[in-house]
Amino acid sequence: MAPRDIPGAVTDHAPKPFMPRKNALMDAIFRNITRFFAFLVFSLLAAILVSLLIGSMPSIRKFGLEFLWSAEWDPVKEQFGALVPIFGTLVTSFIALAIAIPVSFGISIFLTELSPVWLRRPLGTAIEMLAAIPSIIYGMWGLFVFVPIFQERVQPLLAHTIGKVPGLGLLFSGAPMGIGMLAAGIILAVMVIPFITAVMRDVFELVPAMLKESAYGLGSTTWEVVWRVVLPYTKVGVIGGVMLGLGRALGETMAVTFVIGNAHHLSASLFAPGNSIASALANEFTEAVGELYTSALIELGLLLFLITTIVLALSKLLLLQLAKGEGTRT
Amino acid sequence: MPASVMHAMPEKVAEPARAAKLRVRNLNFYYGSFHALKGVSLEIPENRVTAFIGPSGCGKSTLLRTFNRMFELYPEQRAEGEVLLGDENVLTSKQDVSLIRAKIGMVFQKPTPFPMSIYDNIAFGVRLFENLSRARMDERVEWALTKAALWKEAKDKLHQSGHSLSGGQQQRLCIARGVAVRPEILLLDEPCSALDPISTAKIEELITELKVDYTVVIVTHNMQQAARVSDYTAYMYLGELIEFGETNQIFLKPGKQETEDYITGRFG
Repeated sequence: MAPRDIPGAVTDHAPKPFMPRKNALMDAIFRNITRFFAFLVFSLLAAILVSLLIGSMPSIRKFGLEFLWSAEWDPVKEQFGALVPIFGTLVTSFIALAIAIPVSFGISIFLTELSPVWLRRPLGTAIEMLAAIPSIIYGMWGLFVFVPIFQERVQPLLAHTIGKVPGLGLLFSGAPMGIGMLAAGIILAVMVIPFITAVMRDVFELVPAMLKESAYGLGSTTWEVVWRVVLPYTKVGVIGGVMLGLGRALGETMAVTFVIGNAHHLSASLFAPGNSIASALANEFTEAVGELYTSALIELGLLLFLITTIVLALSKLLLLQLAKGEGTRT
Repeated sequence: MPASVMHAMPEKVAEPARAAKLRVRNLNFYYGSFHALKGVSLEIPENRVTAFIGPSGCGKSTLLRTFNRMFELYPEQRAEGEVLLGDENVLTSKQDVSLIRAKIGMVFQKPTPFPMSIYDNIAFGVRLFENLSRARMDERVEWALTKAALWKEAKDKLHQSGHSLSGGQQQRLCIARGVAVRPEILLLDEPCSALDPISTAKIEELITELKVDYTVVIVTHNMQQAARVSDYTAYMYLGELIEFGETNQIFLKPGKQETEDYITGRFG
C-alpha cells in the first residue's frame, strides 16, 4: 500500500525518500572505515616484514643460509651465526612449557572442578595478578632472589640425582652457576602460567554441566571426566592457550636477559649460560657498530618472527590432526 | 494441601504388584536454604516405567537426581532421608558413588554425546568397569545400539563423531550409552524435550521395550507422554508428592482434586 493511501497521512513533503539514501551513505562510510582498520593491521604486518627483510639484506648476502647453523658470533671479526640464540630461544621456551602446561592444567582443573566456591575468586585473581607483574620485575627477582637459591639448593640436588643418569645426566652437568638456560626456562614458566591458566579456566568453564553430568552418571571419577570428556571437548581452546604462552615465552626479553647469562656459547648442559634471540637483540643493539653487525641482529629479529609464524602454523596442523582423530562430522 | 504424603499403592492392580526396585522414604532435599522436596515417599516398581509429572519447579527432576546422587557435584545441595536400592541407602552408602551411578544410568534433557566417535561413546562407560577384548567390546557396542534402536542407522558410521548424528539419533546414542554398562535402573530426565515428534515417538517406543530388562523412571512435562509410556505415575507439586499410583488410575480416576485439576488442564 502506497503511503498516500493511508488516510490522514501527510505525504507531500514527507522526508521519507531521503532517509534511506542517508543511511546508505552512513553505512558505506562505516563499512569503509572498518575495512580500513582491518587492512591497516595487515599492511603494518607486511611493512614490518619488508623492513626486517631489507634491514637484514647485508647479512643475508654475506652469510646466506649458513647463518642458521653457524654457532660463531664474533663482532670483532664480523662473523655472525644464529645457532646459539635460536637454540637458546627454543630450549628455554620448551622448558617453560614443559613446566607451565601441567601446572596450569592442574590450577585450572582445581579452579573449575574441585575448589570450594568461595576460594575460586581470590585464587583466580591472584593468578591473574601474576600476569600483571612487569617482566623487568621478574628479571630482577630472578637474578637477585631466585638464582642464588637455585644455585645453592636446586642445582646441586639436580646434579646429584638426575645428573647421575647416563645420557640424561648430560643436561644437568657442569658448574652450578645459577644463571643459565634452566633458570631462564623456569622464570619463563612462572611468567606464562597465568596466561595458559586463564585460557584453560575459561574454556573449562564453557563445558556444559549436562555433558559432565552424563560422564559422572556413567560412573566416571573426576579424573576420568576431566581427561576423557572435558579436555577433548575444549582441546581447541587449550591448544590456543598453550600457543599464547609459547608466543610469550619465545619473545620474552627482559626477564630472560637477566638470568640466561648472555653467552654466545653452545652447550648440552642446561646449567650453562646461553642466549636467546630476544635477549641478544636487547643487549647488543646499543653496541652494534657497523652495517653488518646491525644487519645480523635484524636478521635475528626476522628469524624470531619466522619461528613464531611456524609455531602458529604447526598448532593449526595439530588441531586438524586432532579433528581427524575424533571422527568425521558430516 | 495434604501435609501427610499420600502413598497410594493402586487398589485394583490388573496383575500382581511388582516388587519395589527403589524405595524412597521421607526424602527431603535442600538447595542451600530452599526446601525443594518435602518428605517424599514412594516405591518404584521393578521392570516398569514410572513417570513423574507436575508443573515446572515442582521437584520432579530434583527427585530423579537424588537417585544417583548427581546433586553431590554441587556443594550447596543436600538430601536427607532414604533412597533404598535393595537394602542399601544410596544416600549414605559407603560404597563408591561411581559404582552406584553405574547401577543407575541417566539420560538428560538434551542429547550429550561425548566429543568422540559413536563407538567410543558407547565403549566409554563400559571401559570404566570392564576389561573387554576388542571382539567382546564390538559385540557390546552392537548390542547396546540395537537395544536403543540405533544399530541400523549407525552401523556404517561407528567411527564418525557422535555429533554427526541427528538430534533424535544423538539422544538414542545417549540411551545406548546408558544401557551399555547394563545398569539396573534407567533415569530419563525429560528425554524428549529437545526432540521433534518423530524422534519422540521412536524414543517412546524404545522406553516401552526397555522395561523388559530395566526399571525405568521418566520425568516429563508432557502428560500425554506420561499416559502413553508409563505404568505408574507420580504427580508432584511444590516439592510434595500429591498422588502416586497406576497410570490408568491417575489419569482416569485421580484420587485428589489437585491431580485432576492438573491433568485436565484447569491448573498448571
